[in-house]
Amino acid sequence: MRPILMKGHERPLTFLRYHRDGDLLFSCAKDDTPTLWYADNGERLGTYRGHNGAVWCCDVSRDSSRLITGSADQTAKLWDVKTGQQLFSFKFGAPARSVDFAVGDKLAVITTDPFMEHTSAIHVKRIAEDLEDQTDDSVLILQSPNGRKTINRAVWGPLNQTIVSGGEDAVIRIWDAETGKLLKETDEEVGHKKPIRSLCKSADDSHFLTGSRDKTAKACLWDMRTLTLIKTYTTGVPLNAVSMSSLLDHVVLGGGPDASEITTTEHRAGSFDAKFYDKILQEEFGSVKGHFGPINALAFNPDGRSFSSGGEDGYVRLHHFDADYFNIKI
Amino acid sequence: MAVLDLYGRAAKLGIDLSQVNFDSVLLPPGENFGIESDDEDVYVNDENFETGFGNIIVVDQLPVVGMDKFEKLEKKLCESYNKLGVIKEGGFAMPVDSDTNKTLGYCFIEFNTRQEAERAKEKTHGYHFGKDINLAVYMFDDIERLMNMNEEWEPPQTKPYAPKETMNLQTWLTDEKARDQFVVRCGPDTEVSWNDTRHLKSESVHKLQNWTESFVQWSPLGTYLVTLHRPGVALCGGATTFKPLMHYKHPMVQLVDVSPGENYLVTYNSQTPNNPNDATQVDIKIFDVKSRRLMRGFQGSADEFSVGGSSLSWPVFKWAGGRDDKYFARLRKNTISVYETKTFSLIDKKSMKVDNVVDICWSPTDSILALFVPELGDGNQPARVALVQLPSKVEIRQKNLFNVSDCKMYWQSNEAYLAVKVDRYGSKSKKRIESGLEIFRVKEKDIPVEVLELDKKNDKIIEFSWEPKGHRFAVIHGDLPRPDVSFYSVENPGRVSKLVTLKAKQANALFWSPNGKHMVLADGLNGKLEFYNVDMLMTMATVDNFMATDIKWDPTGRYVATTVTSSVHEMEDGFYIWSLYGKLLYQTRKEQVFQFAWRPRPPSLLSEQKEKEVKKNLRQYVVRYEEEDEEVVALLSRQEMEKRRVMEEEWEMWIDKWKQLHEEEKLQRQNLLGEEEEDEEEEEEEEEHYYETVEELIDVCEEVVSFEP
Repeated sequence: MRPILMKGHERPLTFLRYHRDGDLLFSCAKDDTPTLWYADNGERLGTYRGHNGAVWCCDVSRDSSRLITGSADQTAKLWDVKTGQQLFSFKFGAPARSVDFAVGDKLAVITTDPFMEHTSAIHVKRIAEDLEDQTDDSVLILQSPNGRKTINRAVWGPLNQTIVSGGEDAVIRIWDAETGKLLKETDEEVGHKKPIRSLCKSADDSHFLTGSRDKTAKACLWDMRTLTLIKTYTTGVPLNAVSMSSLLDHVVLGGGPDASEITTTEHRAGSFDAKFYDKILQEEFGSVKGHFGPINALAFNPDGRSFSSGGEDGYVRLHHFDADYFNIKI
Repeated sequence: MAVLDLYGRAAKLGIDLSQVNFDSVLLPPGENFGIESDDEDVYVNDENFETGFGNIIVVDQLPVVGMDKFEKLEKKLCESYNKLGVIKEGGFAMPVDSDTNKTLGYCFIEFNTRQEAERAKEKTHGYHFGKDINLAVYMFDDIERLMNMNEEWEPPQTKPYAPKETMNLQTWLTDEKARDQFVVRCGPDTEVSWNDTRHLKSESVHKLQNWTESFVQWSPLGTYLVTLHRPGVALCGGATTFKPLMHYKHPMVQLVDVSPGENYLVTYNSQTPNNPNDATQVDIKIFDVKSRRLMRGFQGSADEFSVGGSSLSWPVFKWAGGRDDKYFARLRKNTISVYETKTFSLIDKKSMKVDNVVDICWSPTDSILALFVPELGDGNQPARVALVQLPSKVEIRQKNLFNVSDCKMYWQSNEAYLAVKVDRYGSKSKKRIESGLEIFRVKEKDIPVEVLELDKKNDKIIEFSWEPKGHRFAVIHGDLPRPDVSFYSVENPGRVSKLVTLKAKQANALFWSPNGKHMVLADGLNGKLEFYNVDMLMTMATVDNFMATDIKWDPTGRYVATTVTSSVHEMEDGFYIWSLYGKLLYQTRKEQVFQFAWRPRPPSLLSEQKEKEVKKNLRQYVVRYEEEDEEVVALLSRQEMEKRRVMEEEWEMWIDKWKQLHEEEKLQRQNLLGEEEEDEEEEEEEEEHYYETVEELIDVCEEVVSFEP
């Protein structure tokens, strides 16, 4: 089916997030207004105004009432999804890079970049049910052993017992969410060798997918409890975004060379495609063209019947799968 | 010694440490009191030599003098040796016998480099120093070795001949599937693989990290893989693996060359002098491959190995005489030196004097040398191309050429023809260059020469290439970026005939298949490849291969490998294998690819007639191979199925495990989610039905409905 082009952002896209039912899509971009769209027809529902810098990431609560966003303006903000009202603002001394609600939405993990005297850190905040009780205090602060390298993503592990993080230093770490102890980390041999730009977990929190800038452009599938490498997907393009379908055993990968590396002759096909892989067989079975810049964000609709991609070109492309897609055999 | 100890000690000895200038303290050379220097290059230097004393010589047989004449002798020695090399500061030592207060008759001199020391030794050993005094000069390392020598002579043990598994160095040629091998160097790894096009992949034969310290090179017949190391060169080979078979000592070797018959190995190393005014020192060694014996060494300044100030072009020595490696030649200013390998000395003990010669070129099989002398005296003396027969040094043919700016000589591989590409000045102003070709028919009587002009007279020839084993050649001519490509045939005696001209092609390089007939026209970095069949004069395929840096036919002419090395483009690193019809068979992406090289094959043992016979009866063989192909395809799909089955089973395992864990954690999760949402989850699980909307057409009827307002 023809993709729906959603032009609401003026700057490159950074993140896309569906809410649980799959009919709403939140998009973040380097302009300062996260936007909400109908995931079916791409109609814009509204924006969340209040940030004063690039918005890197967002997450929506299970009941779709609250949105949390992390921004380069050194704040993470809580929003009322329905009204677009800002509920609370967490202040940091450094840009907030990634946000993730815990199961039950009573906790959120927020990562901050290395900035001035601050090293990169992972903050755990309590999210109060009643706004009156909401405070700015961190329950736990984790310092990355490689503090000058940005942590690009941190998410909750099963039952909120662990926090999984990955970033520019190419190492995936699993932390104890209670004590803050570093439990596991990947080593040079099995892990990524270049910055990890994206991390996406399965619906049941059992495994997660990471995408990196490795020359051989790898995406790796890991067991979330043991940090065992299960699958590797090799593309050829440095990756910015990865996502998994919860309907079929498919993963989608996207990326492209950094702006500084793009030569004038690089318009050739392939670099900016969203590539589909069979999750089990690790083989590419299709790709979707469209963006004329690197892909920065990818998300499968939770129902697995559509996906959207956000590019450096400022567009969100919403694709509903054709009937053929559901019968693909490789 | 810790700093505190030091202060204590100083206090005891009554030394005021603040008054001591530490820089003035000199330690005895070689002594560091157990404190390691953090000066890194001390160690780097030492690694070059076996003991670290490689740059020291011992001068013996000196006159024994008393202290009164000590200084005079020292001065004299220093003066003479400083002429031969730079003596290190404090590098002169002449021991004195404390009993007699006289010198012991020898001294040590330390030079900056080993090369200088070696040269000093060579030049002054046996030097007539004064009345009845002949100096005896040794390397310091040698003294040590000679002192430790066993006094008694032991007969060398003869090892019984034991045929090893590795002895058949040509085993790779007996591969049942007739595959070819190639070597790839990427990152720290060097890997030799089979090109298994049936399975559309490469199959690793031998992989090693840091196999070589700079690059690798196949010997011309493919028997050995040459690897370079700090102490020298190793040749690797064997039946199934690549063991180092032989080592050749040449410290800091930089370039190597193996003679066409694989009988001799030439190694090269150059030393940039400390003083920028001095010439670069070149050290070339020629080894016998099988006996590992050093046959001859050449040392000298770099100028002696190049012509007219141009930089040294490798290989310096050009080999001739086919598989016997009978002769090798070197070009010098106004001289061509031809050596024979029987004696490793100049033929007739002298070089050939050819004024202003700039280029030489051996015929590929016979010992005929083609040489080129450019125009002199502003065109008063014409340029000249000559053919010289060796070892008689008789000039069998020569031709004068006028108004020439440059010449290039190309031998056809069977040596029936020599083509000379002549660039002429198109106008008086010498701005435009036009090209013509002179074809020498070497095999015919009196060697007739044909002059060939291009259709467009004022075109410049960009590239010329003979068809291997054939009678045709291809030229790229005209102006970049869209030059013309023409094919000519010289099959009919006395007449060069044009086959076809392809107009405005995007190509700047030609690659003939080693068997002729097919060729690849390539356009450098833009990566346009055109696979062309010269028999049919038609294009078979045009493909894009972005940033391809290397295009190489495999030795059988069945496949083409294109490589993208990391020096050009980091993103696209890897290599691609194409069929001769231009179909991409498979590609391998690697990080940091530096080098790709097919393993050469020795020439076929079949006679020409036999080969023709095989070609004629090709049908018979085809059936067999097609059957094999089908089998492989079937096998491949079976393997693929099996692989998938295993993957799917493994995945099932994970899924089951996760499901189980998910179930176990259910209660905890519900706690986290809160009571109310518990129901919702239950509901969700039940909801896994599949709803389908079915529209069925039951009946269609047409009715006329009356219309009443």
